[in-house]
Amino acid sequence: MTTEHTGQHAVPVEERFQARIDAEEKIEPKDWMPEKYRQNLIRQISQHAHSEVIGMQPEGNWITRAPSLHRKCILLAKVQDEGGHGLYLYSAAETLGASREEMNQALHDGRAKYASIFNYPALTWADIGAIGWLVDGAAIVNQVSLQRTSYGPYARGMVRICKEESFHQRQGYHIMMTLARGTEEQKAMAQDSLNRFWWPSLMMFGPHDAESAHSAQSMKWKIKRQSNDELRQKYVDQSVKQAEVIGLTIPDPDLKWNEQRGHYDFGEIDWEEFNRVVGGDGPCNRQRLAHHVKAHEDGQWVRDAITAYEGKKRQRKDRQAA
Amino acid sequence: MSEHMKLYEVFIRSRRGLDHKHVGSLHAEDSAQALEYARDVYTRRSEGVSIWVVNSSDIVASQEGDCESFYDPLDDKPYRHATHYQLPDEVNNM
Repeated sequence: MTTEHTGQHAVPVEERFQARIDAEEKIEPKDWMPEKYRQNLIRQISQHAHSEVIGMQPEGNWITRAPSLHRKCILLAKVQDEGGHGLYLYSAAETLGASREEMNQALHDGRAKYASIFNYPALTWADIGAIGWLVDGAAIVNQVSLQRTSYGPYARGMVRICKEESFHQRQGYHIMMTLARGTEEQKAMAQDSLNRFWWPSLMMFGPHDAESAHSAQSMKWKIKRQSNDELRQKYVDQSVKQAEVIGLTIPDPDLKWNEQRGHYDFGEIDWEEFNRVVGGDGPCNRQRLAHHVKAHEDGQWVRDAITAYEGKKRQRKDRQAA
Repeated sequence: MSEHMKLYEVFIRSRRGLDHKHVGSLHAEDSAQALEYARDVYTRRSEGVSIWVVNSSDIVASQEGDCESFYDPLDDKPYRHATHYQLPDEVNNM
């Protein structure tokens, strides 16, 4: 076993590592860490990064059709932010020794996942509202919790991202509110969108704690700070009020306040649908991935040009030095 | 002496979990020496748990004089801020 000498006692590095985590200290890139901690983090952070980037597709789809110039500007700014969030996260994963190319390849090969919610289509303008309000809302609940994750670069990335997400959720809610206060048709459009996005939003928190494959170890290492079910409950509790205020109805007949628990009870998620979409058979899985592959391949000439230019510059420098 | 020794910028992480912050610079023969000098000069009172030293010549910096044109495209987008959206009081903590 590897040991490091601290004073007179030799403490196994793995114990020191866990002790540091137990003491709420962050792990930083150059620290020793168990290989599985590293792998677990690369999996989670890259999946998070892929979600940001794939998430640009359903929203990007509406940029040219936003109902006003103002909404178009907002949507452009939001989609731009998502690309930035992807960058923060890929960079955090790169501090663990994963390369951008490997992560991209894993996504294209289907080895790496992204948030399943983006496999649902954005059919109407109200969906852009629902994505901001509900999908970003769910992401925020998760990301606020992750600001306390044990890996320093990931935690700091989350702080930066959370600051920007507030704008995302508020602009989405503002779209929903505007529609809900509009004509009967507009209100119906908002309700329809809530109906379609509510359950997939709840699925964003993942399987029940008992069935979650990576949860126990991730909690011990404090990569995750709160369980899937805890976070999901927090999200339901805050969303009910938000729907009420704009006169929309959450599509769950079992939703009701539980005085004893101090939380809302809610219905069971359709786990068959969850597994189907995660497994690749959602409404847009193939389209999302194909688009990402195409965008990457279409950009090959740019990467080639940069490499060629760098090579030329280096040659010129070498010649001058000679 | 500085003619022969390179200039290094020094960054210190005061506590785990925080970013490294620029604290100053020093001259040193190589990066190992810069690290030791930085330790001797900048962390005499437990100011940090981690030090970065970077060749000053490797830092590429924007010019504040170019500020207006450099940042111009960013200043006229109030909708990038959360406060741009007026929401009912009951849900305004969003």
